[in-house]
Amino acid sequence: MSIRIIPRLDIKGPNVVKGVHLEGLRVMGVPELFAAQYYQDGADELIYIDVVASLYGRNSLDEVVRRAAQNIFIPLTVGGGIRTIDDIRRLLRAGADKVAINTAAIKNPKLIQEAARAFGSQCIVLYIEAKKRGPGRYECLTDNGRESTGCDVFEWVRQAVHLGAGEILLTSIDQEGTGKGYDLELTAEVAQRVDVPVIASGGAGAPEHIRDAVLLGKADAVCAASVFHYQLIQTGEASLNPIRFEEGNVEFLKGRLPIAAFTRQRIAPLRIPEIKEYLEKAGIPIRRLNLESMSNSRKME
Amino acid sequence: MDRSPHPSRVLIVDYGSGNLFSIERALHSLGAEVEISADPDALRRAPGVILPGVGAFGDGMKNLREKGLLTPLAEYAQSGLPLLGICLGMQLLFTESQEFGRHEGLGLIPGKVVNLRPTDPQGRRVKIPHVGWSQLMCPPSRPHWNDTILMGLPVGEAMYFVHSFIPVPEDSAVVAQMIYGGHLYCAVVERRNMIGCQFHPEKSGPVGLRFLRNFLTRIKPPKEEFTAVNPAAVIRRRE
Repeated sequence: MSIRIIPRLDIKGPNVVKGVHLEGLRVMGVPELFAAQYYQDGADELIYIDVVASLYGRNSLDEVVRRAAQNIFIPLTVGGGIRTIDDIRRLLRAGADKVAINTAAIKNPKLIQEAARAFGSQCIVLYIEAKKRGPGRYECLTDNGRESTGCDVFEWVRQAVHLGAGEILLTSIDQEGTGKGYDLELTAEVAQRVDVPVIASGGAGAPEHIRDAVLLGKADAVCAASVFHYQLIQTGEASLNPIRFEEGNVEFLKGRLPIAAFTRQRIAPLRIPEIKEYLEKAGIPIRRLNLESMSNSRKME
Repeated sequence: MDRSPHPSRVLIVDYGSGNLFSIERALHSLGAEVEISADPDALRRAPGVILPGVGAFGDGMKNLREKGLLTPLAEYAQSGLPLLGICLGMQLLFTESQEFGRHEGLGLIPGKVVNLRPTDPQGRRVKIPHVGWSQLMCPPSRPHWNDTILMGLPVGEAMYFVHSFIPVPEDSAVVAQMIYGGHLYCAVVERRNMIGCQFHPEKSGPVGLRFLRNFLTRIKPPKEEFTAVNPAAVIRRRE
């Protein structure tokens, strides 16, 4: 089975944002544009996380998901601010295939069990925001990395899978947005402890990071954001589109900050086909997008 | 290859499965007219039917039974009109399932639904459910996909799967296979007018849409369109 390459869209209000260590969020552009491009490029799934939903107790994702689901026919995972079975039902109706739950599940682990019973385990993704606390020790954070819980990552994944979580979205807060590579120790440790697929997230800055997450981290799927977003913005495809300026930090998009300053670290802008080609050469099975079928879909749209 | 919108009419059987809206959206994108209903009469009128499904086999059969759909589905299958079962909807077409005990299925295609094997041929643990993209391959008995539901799809295209159980057909209904955990499984069946796919075509990108389009091309325009001079038929359609 092929390794899934999954672009992650962090959503704040109407926009895609990106931070470092989940902080200092900068507006990247409108979600539809990113999603459409990633679908065309052969993304195997998409993940949407409302990064401020838990904070404000709101969920503005419904509309974003609804628009995406109209013309994107790959699995959509949606997270951020999910508290109840009704929240899940609403997002599934809007077009999500899976929901990612962090904060509410830690507060009430039974939510996982109830949700898995109601919608099936395949639908329930346990979302982990892991913060390294010492050698081989990781703590679960909530509310987009703002709140500590005292909860141990390795114990929690085991319990959550037992309760019915069908997949794990594992974000390393320490690596997130840095482009320094995934936390391979964290990923491998979780992958070894559970029988469900693990999605590595946080730190992708180059194709070899993604390769290592699979070969060394034993990840079943790999999630990345900055490398894909910057590529789109650099080619000007994203900034040409109307950006909803009413919310968030847009200095960078307005051109007052050069992209070099923003990506000062080691993030190499990448397209999905480039990454897949690289992985295939490294002997990792990927889903090849058949060009003929792709051009069909463009003509049908 | 014809790429124009396909104006077929399809009924999606609504028996409590959560994923029917994504199937509806995919069909809309292909130009089809979609009806979602649990009404046995709607099933009798439909020129093409999709049986969706996510979840447990026993629950699926129970819901179909409670909605009075078992006989109408069997009759529909007998009529020779195209029927597509997706994921659990495919499994329900079979004789029985061993998912959490033994459950009787619709019995339209001879065969059993069994669990995916938990270890590979070397004895290593395999992750279950199978979640992700797997390639479709021709079974040894079939050198190509001409005249099947997979017509025009290149061998080796990947589709998106999410499942823990899998049908094992008794006869030669298997049109495509896939490998998971080192074992070969049935991915697509086709027996007369009945088609089943274990993957989710509505989530398998452009190739999945192509598969759904192949299904739509099998649906004949409804009879009323040819006899529209009959006022009774016109009125019945408006209702």
